[in-house]
Amino acid sequence: MNFDFSDDLKQLRDQARRFLAEQCAPSVVRRSLDGQETFAADLWREMADMGWIGAAIPEEYGGAGLGYEGLCVLAEEIGRAVAPVPFSSCAYLAAEAILLAGTEAQKQEFLPRLADGSLIGCFALSEGTGNPDPRNIAARVAGGRLTGTKWPVADGGIAHIAVVVARGETGDIALYLVDLAGVAKRTLTTLDPSRDHVRLDLDGAKAERLGAASGWSSVQTVLDRAAILLAFEQVGGADACLRMACDYANERYAFGRPIGSFQAIKHKLADMYVALELARSNAYYGAWALSAESADIPLAAATLRVSATEAFQLASKENIQTHGGIGFTWAVDCHLFYRRSANLALALGGPPFWKNRLVDLLESRNAA
Amino acid sequence: MDFNDTPEEAAFRAEARAFLTANAEPKAGSRPTLRLSGLDAAGVARCKEWQTKKAEAGMAGLTWPKKFGGREASPILQVIYNQEEEAFSVPRGLFEIGLGMCIPTMMAYAKPEQLDRYVAPALRGEEVWCQLFSEPAGGSDLAALRTRAERDGDDWVINGQKIWTSGAHLSDFGIVVVRTDPNVPKHEGLSFFFLDMKSPGVDIRPIHQMSGARHFNEVFFTDVRIPDSQRLGGVGQGWKVSLTTLMNERLAVGEVPRPEVEDLIALSRTLVLDAEPAIRNAAVRERIAEWYARSQGLKFTRFRTMTALSRGETPGPENSIAKLVNASKQQDIARFGLDLMGQAGLTIDDDLVEAHAMFQSALLSSPSLRIAGGSDEILRNIIAERVLGLPPDIRADKGMPFNKVPTGRR
Repeated sequence: MNFDFSDDLKQLRDQARRFLAEQCAPSVVRRSLDGQETFAADLWREMADMGWIGAAIPEEYGGAGLGYEGLCVLAEEIGRAVAPVPFSSCAYLAAEAILLAGTEAQKQEFLPRLADGSLIGCFALSEGTGNPDPRNIAARVAGGRLTGTKWPVADGGIAHIAVVVARGETGDIALYLVDLAGVAKRTLTTLDPSRDHVRLDLDGAKAERLGAASGWSSVQTVLDRAAILLAFEQVGGADACLRMACDYANERYAFGRPIGSFQAIKHKLADMYVALELARSNAYYGAWALSAESADIPLAAATLRVSATEAFQLASKENIQTHGGIGFTWAVDCHLFYRRSANLALALGGPPFWKNRLVDLLESRNAA
Repeated sequence: MDFNDTPEEAAFRAEARAFLTANAEPKAGSRPTLRLSGLDAAGVARCKEWQTKKAEAGMAGLTWPKKFGGREASPILQVIYNQEEEAFSVPRGLFEIGLGMCIPTMMAYAKPEQLDRYVAPALRGEEVWCQLFSEPAGGSDLAALRTRAERDGDDWVINGQKIWTSGAHLSDFGIVVVRTDPNVPKHEGLSFFFLDMKSPGVDIRPIHQMSGARHFNEVFFTDVRIPDSQRLGGVGQGWKVSLTTLMNERLAVGEVPRPEVEDLIALSRTLVLDAEPAIRNAAVRERIAEWYARSQGLKFTRFRTMTALSRGETPGPENSIAKLVNASKQQDIARFGLDLMGQAGLTIDDDLVEAHAMFQSALLSSPSLRIAGGSDEILRNIIAERVLGLPPDIRADKGMPFNKVPTGRR
């Protein structure tokens, strides 16, 4: 039994944590929050240079070949720092979709540029309100031209290419690569301005089918794998909230004593810790499943999605509560996590979608 | 990451499995596991027989010194044995406290000749031990216990009352913490002993629990004499010794209480809600998903603990969350299952209702798990103070001589 990351990966995690503590302080996150920049471009460049974006991309396609466990430990640190960078869009979604479904030529063309940070990719699935569902996909490709409206698309404003879920001429759902130059974009105002979101108005945009994969299952596969990586961001964010809340509970005095000595606060923080540990353990299993290419990926993904979302939502809201009034101010960083937790809970589909999927998977497992 | 055993672990796992296959029935379809609550004389005999068999095969006391019949093995082997045993229906429940808590405390504090006398018979299942800690006035605040011990020559004379003593009525020996000095602050006036449960003046009365079962006891002490040679640790050092015992309690591996989420899934397939199987109902699915995620989270948390043990490290605090999560989960799943049954859910006749009335029984028994072995509230305090580093509670009785501490009684 070795249910832990290797010493090398722990070292990578510690380096990433130190790097982000210096280079991605809350002041950097706030530049995006306050609308001064759409994303932290300098930080993004450095992350690319360190090989983070291509951590799980094989070396033959310009990646670092660290494997999925490497990408997981980085994801935790990115979540902890609420980093305002398109990491998930590029590394968990665009690159993954191309790796999974792309032809050899497509991999050769796009993956090295995604890995070195020169190309930003995004994943365009949603078409307005509603959880992931093939019945919600109206975007259509005819004669190599894609027409439809996709929103919200995370990082769509800064992305050069999009992997778009759309229907082909026979109505089959497939993944398409679209060059976003010239595509009309409307910037959306969202709950989490530390990440760019747009509406893409695709009006006959040139679209290239990604490999031969077709059907909703190819979309779900991308979502499952991304859910595992995103759960590590949620775990990192929840851990940061818990630490923040504990620090404040130790420092802040009321009624002549630290508020952390009151059981009402202690028990709240203990509950945050319990939710976090359950999420972390489920996330570890997801990391193993991804790196082992296990048949358990879908079930592991749905499970960790449920517990990581719960952990980050709980930790981010109770961190504000522990801070009291000061936690409700713009100046204190609690809301950065609260906003990001809402973003991550809804990206890839909200909790009802994943809970339902989890029970679907349990039912089919028991039936088998 | 991998889930593989080391060669040593794999060899032991094979050995344990071979032993169990040869000597026990697999769980499915066999009699339910015997528990302390349902033990009659025949059940006690079966437990003892099984323990003897385990000890003879070298499957008991794995981490203990070889001279007492152990293997001096890493705690990971104990976890592996427990995992393997889970698949079999074996009569357990009589020795967990003695071997898990009492004897380890003896090994830390008793004299060599006492260990020669007591350890091996306990390991072979010939003698049963119990732990006498809680009192009517000392549960979560254990150090507030009031049972007195007064020195009389070479003996101590014990008067008072213990409560919630599992298996006292089946035990040969017990460990007990008592107050030897009421004039000093509460933690400083305690001392620790072991005693013969057949000593004159020990009166054991079963407690009729709200579930209807009677497996805990009240134990009354009237002028019970314990030789000073049976003191464990110094006079006034009883709290420190108690912590040794409680530390071992936290390492003991608890079974996952039923009904588990898998039981709820099975139930939801059977029951009908709005003219379709209950499992099709969105509210039911949501709860199943949440409980499943929690169960899996605990399972993989155990794997993290095993990893630490396997490396010879002390497991981190992540282990402390299992009982806290499981106790509420059991109570909530039990009630949710009944909710789905409608009015018939009231029925506890196991020939009439689903799952042999497991959900009904659990509704009545589950409050105890949230209290026993550290209440939910105490566990949250422990997590907050020892794991998260929050300041201790302000204690109104801090530094106060025990006999001056307000009790609300006078």
